[in-house]
Amino acid sequence: MQRIGVFVCHCGTNIAATVDVKKVVEMAKMEPGVVHAEDYQYMCSEAGQSKIINAIKEKHLTGVVVCSCSPRMHEATFRKAAEKAGLNPYMVEIANIREHCSWIHKDMEEATKKAVILARAAIAKVNLDAPLQPGESQVTKRALVIGGGIAGIQSALDIADAGYEVDIVEKLPSIGGRMSQLDKTFPTLDCSACILTPKMVEAAAHEKINIYTYSEVEKVSGFVGDFTVDIRKKARSVDMSKCTGCGVCSQKCPSKKIPNEFNRGLNNRSAIYIPFAQAIPNVPVIDRENCIKFKTGKCGACAKNCAAGAIDYEQQDEIVTKKYGAIVVATGFDVIKLDQYDEYAYSQSKDVITSLELERLMNAAGPTKGHLERLSDGKAPKNIVFVQCVGSRCSDNRGKSYCSKICCMYTAKHAMLIRDKYPDTNVTVFYIDVRTPGKNFDEFYRRAVEEYGVNYIKGQVGKVIPQPDGTLMVQASDLLDNKQILMEADMVVLAAAIEPNKDVRKIATMLTASIDTNNFLTEAHAKLRPVESPTAGIFLSGVCQGPKDIPETVAQAGAAAVKAIGLLAKDKLTTNPCTAKADPLACNGCSQCMNVCPYGAISYEDVQVNDHGVRETRRVAVVNNALCQGCGACTVTCPSGAMDLQGFSNRQIIAEVDAICR
Amino acid sequence: MKYSYYPGCTLKNKAKDLDTYARASAKALGFELEEIEDWQCCGGVYPLGSDEIATKLSSVRALEQAREKGQDLVTVCSACHHVIKRVNDDMQNVEDIRTRANNYLKFETPYAGETTVLHYLEVLRDRVGFDKIKEKVVNPLKGRKIGAYYGCLLLRPGKILGFDNPENPSIIEDFIRAIGGEPVIYPFRNECCGGYISLKEKDMAQNMCKKIMDSAEGFGAEMLITACPLCMYNLKKNGNGKLPVYYFTELLAEALGVKEEVAE
Repeated sequence: MQRIGVFVCHCGTNIAATVDVKKVVEMAKMEPGVVHAEDYQYMCSEAGQSKIINAIKEKHLTGVVVCSCSPRMHEATFRKAAEKAGLNPYMVEIANIREHCSWIHKDMEEATKKAVILARAAIAKVNLDAPLQPGESQVTKRALVIGGGIAGIQSALDIADAGYEVDIVEKLPSIGGRMSQLDKTFPTLDCSACILTPKMVEAAAHEKINIYTYSEVEKVSGFVGDFTVDIRKKARSVDMSKCTGCGVCSQKCPSKKIPNEFNRGLNNRSAIYIPFAQAIPNVPVIDRENCIKFKTGKCGACAKNCAAGAIDYEQQDEIVTKKYGAIVVATGFDVIKLDQYDEYAYSQSKDVITSLELERLMNAAGPTKGHLERLSDGKAPKNIVFVQCVGSRCSDNRGKSYCSKICCMYTAKHAMLIRDKYPDTNVTVFYIDVRTPGKNFDEFYRRAVEEYGVNYIKGQVGKVIPQPDGTLMVQASDLLDNKQILMEADMVVLAAAIEPNKDVRKIATMLTASIDTNNFLTEAHAKLRPVESPTAGIFLSGVCQGPKDIPETVAQAGAAAVKAIGLLAKDKLTTNPCTAKADPLACNGCSQCMNVCPYGAISYEDVQVNDHGVRETRRVAVVNNALCQGCGACTVTCPSGAMDLQGFSNRQIIAEVDAICR
Repeated sequence: MKYSYYPGCTLKNKAKDLDTYARASAKALGFELEEIEDWQCCGGVYPLGSDEIATKLSSVRALEQAREKGQDLVTVCSACHHVIKRVNDDMQNVEDIRTRANNYLKFETPYAGETTVLHYLEVLRDRVGFDKIKEKVVNPLKGRKIGAYYGCLLLRPGKILGFDNPENPSIIEDFIRAIGGEPVIYPFRNECCGGYISLKEKDMAQNMCKKIMDSAEGFGAEMLITACPLCMYNLKKNGNGKLPVYYFTELLAEALGVKEEVAE
């Protein structure tokens, strides 16, 4: 029989205002095995933990139940306290009477009843608990960063500077990401390339950083500290060791009508191309779908003109398999497609563009060499209208429910830059709210209004109307003036919502990292663990976790790096002892558990068994504790009840259910 | 192929053309419109009051009749289509309305939105096929620059009406191509004509119709076509008077060579 102590936390008023904690204590005392029960205002505090430690020592407790918040919050805290008192930490169970009870109920009587039941279930479980010993696993001292934008580059640099090896995997031919497409950056208006390119160069030159561009993560196995990752290096069709980056191949390529992704399709590129002048590596790739040689077998102009002999049409995709201790996800974002927003005439008029397209139009290295002109006729626009929140803060299902966070600031930047460079251009911004919570952000926006005379109108645009003469009319409402507006424009710029990169779902699945309904990766705790995924060893960097601007992205990238470094600095990790275990006497060798195991932790071996005096060799399931994550899939699959999860045994679960139903 | 057909009141008097040409064209295209018995007025406007069922009952009766025959229900008038399709959506998805309507009507089997509601244009596009229509056209409307006027009711709310993009539709333009004409795309083709406001504030309706017709004319349209009797009324009475307005079914009948038959 166990000697169990029950500790009921008030959590200030979080629990005590809805649950009669004294009553829970009284009821717990009547449960079998309970020799001690008490309540306290904050059980997680130093004083609260001392109460647990003292009771363990004085009453010789063999098991502890803490009725408090979610185990995700403080299970580790209470286990540590128990360990201090000499108790096996796995003899501690949490009854979650906050998230599962007090926070979601109003009626005190009902909530108290439920809290008592939850406590009873935990007590029943502890009665069947057995001490468990965690194992150890090795840490591979190398990190993988998925995505080579500013977030990935910053995380990689920080990890590498701490002395660990880092690989960056970038699916495009160059690192640089979205930031490389931007013109100027708010709120200081320094040029994006000028602050990004040195970081790209630093990453490329860093002795601890290895960059795989034009590559994708194909398969991930293993667990924290010991991931095994297959990386597909897509065939560039160019030998990186021979290429000098001279660019003659692109000039000679006859297939030149391919929309240039880097310039958002505003101009064309050739089939063999370097995405932009500062690309790293400065080596072209052949876009095989559009290459005449690959399509028809004829051509070969690039190979003929390459002095270095670097063109290699025979090159194949290559799979590199490497081990990593930590993985940082930095997969970034894209702007949403606007096919749900045809009222803004984006698909009908060339002069309706997105803000990211405007970045390319204003960029000196862009398709117009930085001259702001209408795409329809090349004329300078005189009346520009900006529309905010296109697809952001959307209450129907056309767009995104969230605020994209960066649009207010980049629109203020665009408006200011245009008024500065072309003072005779009228600039109007339609907004729902102007949101500028950042250092020097509101001052920046005020400058746009007060110094640069940008016309801000609170109200939404209902329709952009292309006119027969090629100009546009903008129909909108002015909420402060309470009137309808119909205004002329010759260019309309849409602040399209941002969304996580399309590939993030695939990557999250491979990593078993959770994502939310908007495809943003979920953090382990919204406030206290914002850069970690709930999946151990996976860290989040940049917009893949939620909308953010460059300063925030860089800060988060650094934070993710620190968490990864903290992991890599350890030589060994303690492993969770709550793993599956097969009873060789009950196992019938059917292999069903092996088939459902998502971690490949189960194999079959011939084992000598002694079945009630009968000695024989049987083929039975064996669990590799280092690989098992304790998910329990095998235990529910096993038809003969031979599989059990330590710490969550079938008997314990049934005992809990019995206690609840009693 | 036989469809249950709900013509609606306006198609029996003011908008006879919309109806007769639709029937004649259907015959020429090889499908039959079987008018449901004892249909009643749809009410003309979808009742937005969620506690109001009386004005939804006539739609439910029509829908239930089609179900009993095992047929899809076809409408031509934009307003009728709008009302019936939205009521059908209520019967599928709003438990309260479904229960109360069924309690009132007492069908043998309660109605729960089983009938498929199709606009005549949908039948042309999805059941007959515009390619097929092209083959059957005997008088292609060559060189005619036609502006499609969708109005507001035909496609909205997009999620329920659900057969084209309400902000950038293409079904009538594709129809115009199928009958040999040249569609003119202009931005006001899905704006409201003013509807019933014409009775109360004529100026406003005039302003709205003028905007629509000026825009269509500016983009080179020589005529407008519509599926809505009320749009037809407003564009003719309150428009700029420069563009003729036809029901789409009239041009279809003309292209199929059955217009004269109807006139006789």
